[in-house]
Amino acid sequence: MALKTKVDAKDGQNDLLITRSFDLPVELLFEAYINPEIVEQWMGTKVLTLENKRHGSWHFQTFDPNGNIVFEANGVIHEFSPNLRIIRTFEMENAPFGVQLEFLEFEKVTTDTSRLNMHIVYRSVEQRDRMLQLPFAKGLNMAHNRLEEVVNQLKIKGYEKVK
Amino acid sequence: MNLRRDVFQAIADPTRRAILLLVATQSMTAGAIAANFDTARPTVSKHLQILSECELLGSEQNGREIYYHINATKMKEVADFIEPFRKMWDDRFNKLEDIMKNYKPTK
Repeated sequence: MALKTKVDAKDGQNDLLITRSFDLPVELLFEAYINPEIVEQWMGTKVLTLENKRHGSWHFQTFDPNGNIVFEANGVIHEFSPNLRIIRTFEMENAPFGVQLEFLEFEKVTTDTSRLNMHIVYRSVEQRDRMLQLPFAKGLNMAHNRLEEVVNQLKIKGYEKVK
Repeated sequence: MNLRRDVFQAIADPTRRAILLLVATQSMTAGAIAANFDTARPTVSKHLQILSECELLGSEQNGREIYYHINATKMKEVADFIEPFRKMWDDRFNKLEDIMKNYKPTK
């Protein structure tokens, strides 16, 4: 089975390419990027600002159950072409990763299918590799925490539903 | 359904990570592994089965006992640091796709 999401990160380069095919018309794929309520759902973050226009800015914040900020990121939009392209910057706050430049290309494949090409450029090779490793380092613990949450939920609900 | 178990799902569990650490330096029997945990023996067996299914653990019969050891080659595959990054995006995009399939424009 071919992977739907591909990451192409060549050794020694300061950029990477994420490609993904969707069983969605390109208009719906694009909507998922510009509708704050939808972005909140799939990115799992609060959307404080999302100005979908050239020179617009965006600002996301994620809180843990105790109300502490665990993730905060912002950027500006350089190009906004509906159903076609978004060029924007991305920077995590309170993190030593610096700013990155993102080229999002929305591609119509058929009436009902589309593809997203996401080209991300980092300031240096080291910075790119650190960002790549972040989910590896953090992901295990997060997955483990999420699993614990799920397990706790199951415990609360009891086993009769789960069988 | 005979899908291969996801390696990352396998090591997302703290008990299974602890098991991998235990057998990283020496081969151990299921009993010796289980002695390190408060968990019930069948639970540990289940973990061993999952780790074996995704080939993170190898095993060999020695007399009546089965000894488990870490599969270094497979662990190296896990250490492919791009995979969690890819998986993170894949999960996000899967969610996006699900949401948008049920999306009804309000405007």
